[in-house]
Amino acid sequence: MALVNIKIEGRPYQVEEGMTILEACRSVGYRIPSLCTFNKGQCSKASCRVCLVAVKGARGLVASCVYPVNEGMEISISNIDAIEARRANVELLLSNHNMNCQQCDKNGHCELLEVAKIVGAREGMYQGEKTPTTFDNLSPSLVRDTSKCILCGRCIERCKDAQGIGILGFENRGFNTIVAPSGNRSFATSPCIQCGQCVNVCPTGALMEHSEIALVDKALKEGKKVIVQTAPAVRAAIAEEFGAKIGTVGTGKMVAALHRLGFYRVFDTNFAADLTIMEEAYELLGRIKNGGVLPQITSCSPGWINYLEYYYPEVIPHVSSCKSPHEMLGAIIKSYYAKNHDIDPKDIFVVSVMPCVAKKYEKDRPANRAVDGLKDVDAVITTRELAKMIKRAGIDWSYLPEEEFDDDLLGEYTGAGVIFGVTGGVMEAALRTAYFALTGKEYPLIEFKEVRNVSLFKEASIEIDGKVIKIAAVSGMKNAKPLLEDVKNGKSPYHFIEIMGCPGGCINGGGQPYVHPNLLPNEEANILDTYIQKRARVLYSEDERLVVRQSHNNPDIKRLYKDYLGEPCSHLAHELLHTHYDAHREKYPQVKK
Amino acid sequence: MIDSTKSLNEKITHCSQCLKNKVEGLDGKRAVVVCGGTGCMASHSEEILEEFKKLIEEYDLQDKVTVNHVGCFGFCSQGPFVKIFPEDTLYHAVKVEDVRKIVEEDLLNNHVVSELFYEDPATHQKVQRQDDINFYKKQVRLALHGCGHINPENIDEALGYGAFQGLEKALSMKPQEVIDLILKSGLRGRGGAGFPTGRKWQFAYDQKNDTKYVVCNGDEGDPGAFMDRSILEGNPLNVIEGMMIAGYAIGAKNGYFYVRAEYPIAVKRLRIAIKEAEELGLIGDHILGTDFSFHVHIRLGAGAFVCGEETALLNSIEGKRGMPRPRPPFPAISGLWGKPTIINNVETLACVPYILREGLENFTKYGTEKSKGTKVFALGGKINNVGLVEVPMGTTLRELIYDIGGGIPNGKKFKAIQTGGPSGGCLTEKDLDTPIDFDNLVAKGSMMGSGGAIVMDEDNCMVDVAKFYMEFICDESCGKCSPCRIGTKRILEILNKIVRGNGTRQDLDDLLHLSKTIKAGSLCGLGQTAANPILSTTANFMDEYLEHIDEKKCRAHVCKHLMRYVIDAEKCKKCSLCARNCPVNAISGVVGKEPFVIDQNKCIKCGMCFSACRFKAINKE
Repeated sequence: MALVNIKIEGRPYQVEEGMTILEACRSVGYRIPSLCTFNKGQCSKASCRVCLVAVKGARGLVASCVYPVNEGMEISISNIDAIEARRANVELLLSNHNMNCQQCDKNGHCELLEVAKIVGAREGMYQGEKTPTTFDNLSPSLVRDTSKCILCGRCIERCKDAQGIGILGFENRGFNTIVAPSGNRSFATSPCIQCGQCVNVCPTGALMEHSEIALVDKALKEGKKVIVQTAPAVRAAIAEEFGAKIGTVGTGKMVAALHRLGFYRVFDTNFAADLTIMEEAYELLGRIKNGGVLPQITSCSPGWINYLEYYYPEVIPHVSSCKSPHEMLGAIIKSYYAKNHDIDPKDIFVVSVMPCVAKKYEKDRPANRAVDGLKDVDAVITTRELAKMIKRAGIDWSYLPEEEFDDDLLGEYTGAGVIFGVTGGVMEAALRTAYFALTGKEYPLIEFKEVRNVSLFKEASIEIDGKVIKIAAVSGMKNAKPLLEDVKNGKSPYHFIEIMGCPGGCINGGGQPYVHPNLLPNEEANILDTYIQKRARVLYSEDERLVVRQSHNNPDIKRLYKDYLGEPCSHLAHELLHTHYDAHREKYPQVKK
Repeated sequence: MIDSTKSLNEKITHCSQCLKNKVEGLDGKRAVVVCGGTGCMASHSEEILEEFKKLIEEYDLQDKVTVNHVGCFGFCSQGPFVKIFPEDTLYHAVKVEDVRKIVEEDLLNNHVVSELFYEDPATHQKVQRQDDINFYKKQVRLALHGCGHINPENIDEALGYGAFQGLEKALSMKPQEVIDLILKSGLRGRGGAGFPTGRKWQFAYDQKNDTKYVVCNGDEGDPGAFMDRSILEGNPLNVIEGMMIAGYAIGAKNGYFYVRAEYPIAVKRLRIAIKEAEELGLIGDHILGTDFSFHVHIRLGAGAFVCGEETALLNSIEGKRGMPRPRPPFPAISGLWGKPTIINNVETLACVPYILREGLENFTKYGTEKSKGTKVFALGGKINNVGLVEVPMGTTLRELIYDIGGGIPNGKKFKAIQTGGPSGGCLTEKDLDTPIDFDNLVAKGSMMGSGGAIVMDEDNCMVDVAKFYMEFICDESCGKCSPCRIGTKRILEILNKIVRGNGTRQDLDDLLHLSKTIKAGSLCGLGQTAANPILSTTANFMDEYLEHIDEKKCRAHVCKHLMRYVIDAEKCKKCSLCARNCPVNAISGVVGKEPFVIDQNKCIKCGMCFSACRFKAINKE
């Protein structure tokens, strides 16, 4: 990489050619306050004007987030005009902002507040009328509150970039501009897949998950037996909420915290992941043996399922009928577990802690009510919401001991279940079991290296019993689209495809802790390039640590089939663990008034 | 089909002769041309044309008289115009009912209808010929070439009037030579900032890329500006030719016209011109038998002012929301669909064929040292001769306003002229003798802009003028960057406070500070100039602001909250007309007995009484 000579505040530096002023300054120790900019221009570029700097010879001030450095450039961040302009622009944004910061769910993670602090925004400057706003909480997953939106456009770009959908865009003009689904529809009535990637990038409280903490509180208060389960990806990220560096494992402390929050039992969704593998692997075997519809596509990501129903209903026959793991566990808790302990399923309240906001939508699906018309899962809270519950209970994370999940019928889990949380993981886990089922032997090399990295599309072929099985794993709907086109047109070369809604899989789900580099001074500058790998590494090391790494070797799973379900894909298993999809889901459903 | 220089020249010779025959009457026919510009069309020039056709038939004159539309004459306040060749008689303000008279007296009996001649307001002399009208005397029509003369819907007339000679010349040169010529001509962009056209072309030429584009910016959005519209309506082929020369110079094969959808006539004539040129092989592959191929496309704007900003315009052509992109990269490096693109204004491209056809010297002989050629202005506001004028750069504002524009109506006093549209600024009495060129206007705190020139007199309140422009800018901000989106709103709020008499000195400070912030920190040209109405009016008319703030007074009696209507008891004839016109029953009195009085608490200052009173008994104070 060629270097160019620049001066910052009169001091000479050498920086890489092609960098923006913002990047170049950061690389040599100057942090220019910035707001809209995100992940190499994944935003409405140069729109907030908070990163203005003075450049000698330039007309006016320059937006450092887009302006490339060039040889001989002389930059001043401390130029008083630039300082005043940055402050004025933040003050202008604040003058059109809903200032209920104390009650805002984003309190503590708000980039606008942070930047206001840095630039020294003064109280009450430029007060006036505010843009007419929309508050949309009709979706069970997402809340949009345009009164807090600063029009940075990150969500718009993320939706396009991750999902290829582009559900969000700018509406209206000038002062009345807002970010909205087309026609300012609700998320609930637009073809949004509820993945929550937009929430992950929002610098303010304009896009949030639809919180269900209150539901959990109510159940606890009513004295229900509130059973909590946590998805694999949660442990890979929850510690971040308490100041740990990205990539810190948080399993033991998280379980300890859950024990202290008054839950009746703390289970691991990994158990259900193992169960899913059993069902899904046998479903695949059935399809291969009986000439069923191939490729089979995984079904554990509700964002993907929404995408399927909206955009590729023709592909529904290819998709495994397995419920997602937390739904399976909910159904098992309200049937097998309740029966064993002689508890009325009505008295059980299942809470899922998920890295995902689409699961909130998923739990309300009418097809996911296996036992007496009860919801399999009663409430879904995100990793972020769990952290809030821990904090408000006064629990000091650093003091928490490491504790184990409750060993009560559904306690054991395997390495196969753990890696569910990362793209390629479901595939890998299923293949371990499929190999065994077909050959009666454990696959000698337990790790399918071909599928193990977090690039967003990968494929491999393996030989099982003389038969070549072609597999692919993809995450992010934009990446899935070409594969789905092939499947739709009958041209897909694969036997088995794993699709996850969010790029990188559940570890990068819409309910995970925010990765906003501006608010993470202790992480490297390129953290947005590396955080997915770092979280994935937590899950893979967990897998390697565990003695049992194949779902079919999980003793609790074995017992469940022996005592209750019979065999994978049995009639009872179908009743409890499988679901169906709606090919006729209206493209743009209307909300009932 | 024209596929070589030879066949083009044959065609040109033929068409020139035809046009000459028409204008000079050599074919023994007389020709009636009717203005077909938007302004005159709105005053029924379409019906006038139809009436001519009808009457010509009625009097069986089909073999002796032809009739057709031509482009804008420019003198819009006096339209619709009808001109008769070969005598070159110009009738102004023609109504449909006048047509019979023209036909019966002039066409049948060769008696001119002198009552329809333009009358000079100063000398009260009737003027028969266009060139003798003061309005036209100081004008030089390069960009408006052919407007008001040729039929814009007939390519033969354009070819007979110089079309494609510039392109022919260009094709005989190397592209770099064409760029050098344009560089030497000193031609600067007519759309606003005045960037040297040749340099823009050079940037694009230097890019190694098989795909490049030329875009013609016809998204003329300044209030009161209609130069580009008139050029496109009057001689679309001239602009197309300019675009093709640009395409040849930079190595582009495709050109896009981006024209406002509000210009249906311009779009229609552009479409006709493109189609006719394509049919003749003058647009398409291997033009004139050379390796140069060029295709022309039209995209319609959807009414957003910001789409006149070049990067927003590119987004709009691409089908995206019209919002500016940050620069760099500049469009010449990465423009339409990421390809090297030059964006030139209609008027700029209209000058290009002239430079090639008539030669460098004939262009550079007009203008000042750093601004060559001419500039078209849309003269409007408080001025007698409202219309389109093209003058050499370096003409003074005084010449523009008084000699060409005919001065201020009703003997009122000149106060300011706003140039450059909302993004421009106000020039005052002290600037009247400034020669108009790009740099002088900027030095005086305004800008050339696209050429809107709105004259204001003593009845205009400059705070109100600033408010008018801020309302426009606030409405037209795209909403992308925060200083422009929120800052213009805050400015407008402060102005509203001031015109209501609630302003404070602190507000004035905030106003100036905000203006500077917006100017220095906005993303695009619109934003960077959005505060100019404030900066310019405060620089020149601070006393008016201070009057509004300190004395709660509007000297022009424009700001409703700072003025009131009062009935002069001595002048009042007690007729009750004012009271009967008052929509809120604020006026009371006894007919014939007691003078009428306005209850200031009820008065909504609508001005109905003021206009109703026949005895000038109502005053503003």
